[in-house]
Formats: sequence, structure tokens, C-alpha cells
Amino acid sequence: MKELDPFVLLAVFQEMLGPLLWPLVALVVLTAVAFVTLLVSERGVRSRRMLLAQAIGLLGGVFALWVMATVSSSGFTDAGGPADWVLIALVCVLGAAGTAILVYTVAGWVGHGRCPLCAVLRPKS
Amino acid sequence: MSTFPTSVLSQRTSGSRRSFLLAGAAGMLATRSVDAASPTKVKTQARIVIVGAGAAGLTAAARLSAALDGARITIIDPRREHFYQPGFTLVAAGIKPMDYVVSRTADYIPPGVELVTDRVAELDVDGKQVLTASGARHPYDFLIVATGMQLEYGLIEGMDAKLIGEHGIGSIYGGPQAAQATWRAMSAFADRGGRGVFLRPATEMKCAGAPLKYTFISEDYLTRRGTRSKSEVIYNSNNKALFSVPIVHEKVRMLFQARGIAVNYERVLKAIDPGRRIATFSTASGVEEQGYDFIHVIPPMRAPEVVRKSPLPWPADKNKAWSDEGWMEVDRATLRHVRYANVFGVGDIAGVPKGKTAASVKWQVPVAVDHIVAELAGGKSNALYNGYTSCPLITRLGQAMLIEFDYQNNLTPSFPGVIAPLEELWVSWVMKTMALKPTYISMLRGRA
Repeated sequence: MKELDPFVLLAVFQEMLGPLLWPLVALVVLTAVAFVTLLVSERGVRSRRMLLAQAIGLLGGVFALWVMATVSSSGFTDAGGPADWVLIALVCVLGAAGTAILVYTVAGWVGHGRCPLCAVLRPKS
Repeated sequence: MSTFPTSVLSQRTSGSRRSFLLAGAAGMLATRSVDAASPTKVKTQARIVIVGAGAAGLTAAARLSAALDGARITIIDPRREHFYQPGFTLVAAGIKPMDYVVSRTADYIPPGVELVTDRVAELDVDGKQVLTASGARHPYDFLIVATGMQLEYGLIEGMDAKLIGEHGIGSIYGGPQAAQATWRAMSAFADRGGRGVFLRPATEMKCAGAPLKYTFISEDYLTRRGTRSKSEVIYNSNNKALFSVPIVHEKVRMLFQARGIAVNYERVLKAIDPGRRIATFSTASGVEEQGYDFIHVIPPMRAPEVVRKSPLPWPADKNKAWSDEGWMEVDRATLRHVRYANVFGVGDIAGVPKGKTAASVKWQVPVAVDHIVAELAGGKSNALYNGYTSCPLITRLGQAMLIEFDYQNNLTPSFPGVIAPLEELWVSWVMKTMALKPTYISMLRGRA
């Protein structure tokens, strides 16, 4: 790869995802920020919550593979060479990691009632 | 084959090629596109007429619009719909619905470009003007001819485009409805089994991989529906090869052999009898009749009449076949007409070897536009097209070979060592089904 051009990538993703693109980007960015903030505020990783998040993340990896197979009109026996296994692993890992981070973050903020929305919704005693 | 010096533009092509093929696919990397335009627009009063609003015409309009300030750009086409032709195979394979390949031309017209919905009646290249059926005149300083080609079903005795979908006749090239009708006919054939006859014409043709793809896809459906054992699949090549690139020919020959697909060489479809389901082919020694239960008819292709009747095609003393078919006599490296310096031919109409594909358009149009823009800026472009084209050659549902090559029959893989060009891969199928259309649309908008 000689030069990266994010604008070409952006143009193609815009055509591919249409109105879903920016909400998805927002979800990724918000989750990342919320995750890092949570790690800082809790001064580390809570192992039990992470274990649960990783377990659910596995389902996320499977779901990502299912989505990929569906949108590409593929079956589950179509892998034909090493490049295919790399792509399958990539999709699975990204799906699993993304789901795990999302679950860990949501559980962390909701569980502690720290999110602004939770504070509003929490019944007053 | 001659070789071409490397230009500034062609030096940048490998990275951009990757972006065309893979941008968008599962977070893969994309690289810089070819920028015909400099960051600052060239001020000009030039009149530029583009004939044809297909892939090549629209891409040219987008790039010229982005590069020029003040130019009067007119694009002429009688059809209001735009067809994503690389998707015809997927429609005919039952993978995508018909509306997957249909959109509106007006959606891709850049601001400041005038779309004239009219038929071109004459290319008056000596008078530097284009005349339309309504009687309008469009004088130009530069002309880009992007008319595409004409399907000549009528040159096959007994054949008519209206027969597609009936009597076991399919033809994916005939448009969205034809592709859909072909799917119905092929699916019914796959349910019953029988004899499937496949072929390609003896003329130049668009997407020369499609006849092979559809043979593979049909054979795959027979297998999936359990009727393969009572079926025959026969491929008739017009010449002595299955693909113009020798190494690809050999790979396809091996795959056909492994899949039990019989091959006849030097067979050209001359007549069809839909009632009796008999196709008549010319052979090296005479004629041969082949009965069929399903036949995939690919018609002869040639330049539209308006180009054939203009002074633009190759002269017979230089290239008899291209003269007869009417392809434009353009320089294969610059796409500039050999005799009319202010005329360019891009896309299917260009009389260059190989590659009447969307990938060819991607690489031809920036070169032609670069030459026009440089000339308007008072300079000279050294951009050259090296014949690059690509063919995601579907070999079964879920797998394809990503074949890329150039004028010299070199394989030019964008991802050497990662995506092997002659390997049947799911990742290549994913590119074809997921990433190619968004990238194509981005190309039409001048953004990829």
C-alpha cells in the first residue's frame, strides 16, 4: 500500500451503508470513549464483568459472521483458501471484541448508575 | 504487444486499483484514487460533449466537473435509467433482485453538467458538433464518446430478444428484465436437468468472463438441485481458447474438466430454433446442430450505428474486424482518437484490446480526462492506460477468482501473496457481491 486515502474508503462506505454509516460511526466512537472513561474511573478492569462481556462477545462474533454471510449471499462452506480464513477470523474477532467492549461498557455504566440517563431515570427515594 | 512507458498516473495505479477492488470490504485498506484534477480547478470556457451516460460517460462527467471551472459540459443519452451491468450476472444467478441493477441517471449528474435526454443522430466530427434526434446541435471543443455497444440478437437467425426467458433461452446481457428472465429459465432447467448449452460470440464483447461465469453458476445449480447426474453442460468457445489470457484459459480448462463441463472450440452460434430447441453453430469444417434444454445466448456485439456511420471507427486496412464492428480508432494508451485529436473514446466503444468492463472504465476515464484537462491548462499530460482490467470470475455460488490483467496478458494481482488470482476464494465472492457496487457508484460520482 503506497498511500492511504480515507476519503475513498469513506465514499465507498457511504454508498455501502447509506444512512446507517454515521449512526454506526457514532456508536463506535461513543462506545470507545465510554469504555476508556470507565476504565479510568474504575482504575482498571473488573474481571467478573469482563468475563461476562467476553462470553456474550462470543455470541457477537458468531452474529458478525452470520451478518457477513447474509449480506454477501454466502453459505458457510464457501471458504476456499487462506485469505478466506483470514477474513473469517477478522470478522469474528472484530464482532466478538466489539460486542464484548459494548457489553462491558454498558454494564459498567448502567450497573453503577453512572450514566447521565440512568441518573435521570433512577427512582428517587 | 508493445510496452508502454510508465507515466506519473500509471505509477499510481496499483494502490488505486486496490481501492477500487477492495475498498469497503470488511475494513480492508483503501488507497489513493487517481486524481485527474489538480487541487485547483482549471478555468476554461471550453465546451465538452459526452455522448453516452453509462459508466464511462458519467465517470467522465464527474471528473471533468471536479477538474474544470467554467466549462460547459453536456452529457447526452436517451435512456433515463442507469444499469449497473456488473450486477446482471448476480440477478441471473438468483442472488440479487432486478432493482439491484437499476437506478436513475439523473442521480449521478454532477452540479453544472447538463443532461440531455435525447438520442444522438450524428457525430459530425469534422464540423465539431453532435446532432440529436430532436434536431438540436451541440458544438464542442472536446468530444468524449462513451456510447457503449449494441447487442445484435438479430444477427442470429431465429433469435429475438423477446425470446429470452422462453423456450429454455437465457441471455444475461439483454438488460435487467432479460437477466431476471434468464434466472427463471435457468432455475427451471436446474430443477429438471438436461442439456445446457453455453457459448460466446465471435465479436468483441463486454465482460468476456460472463459466459464462463454463467456456465459455472448453472453447473453449480444443477449440482445443488440434485440433477447434475442426469445433465450435460457444454461450453462452445468461438475460437481455440476459453479466455484471452493464456494462463487463465488453462485454469478454466482445468476447472471445466474437473466439473465435467464439455468444451467445444471454434463454435459460433449462427441460428436457433426455439420450437425444436436446436442451436446451429458454424465450425471450422461446416455446421453443427446441438439440441438443448437450456441455452445461454450471447449475441454478437458491435458499435452503435451512430458510431459505425461516423468517421471514427478503425479503417479496414488497419483492422478489418474492428472496422466491421465499428470500434473507435483510439490510441490504446491515451484513448485519444488517432485522427481527431479532440475526440476521445472510453468504455466499451474504445477500439482497444481486451477489457470492455467497468474496471477498464475506472482506468481509462481518468487518463482521457487528464489529457483534456492538461490541454485546457496549456500543458500536456503523460498519463497512460496500460490495459488493466479485472474480472471477478465466479466459479460457483460463494466463490470467485479475482483475475486482473493488462494488455500484455500479464496477471496484475492487486494483493500478491494474499489473494491469489487463480484461486477460487470466498473473499473474491465477497468483493463481487458486497464491495463492487458501492465502489462502482463511487466511481460514477468521481469519488473512487
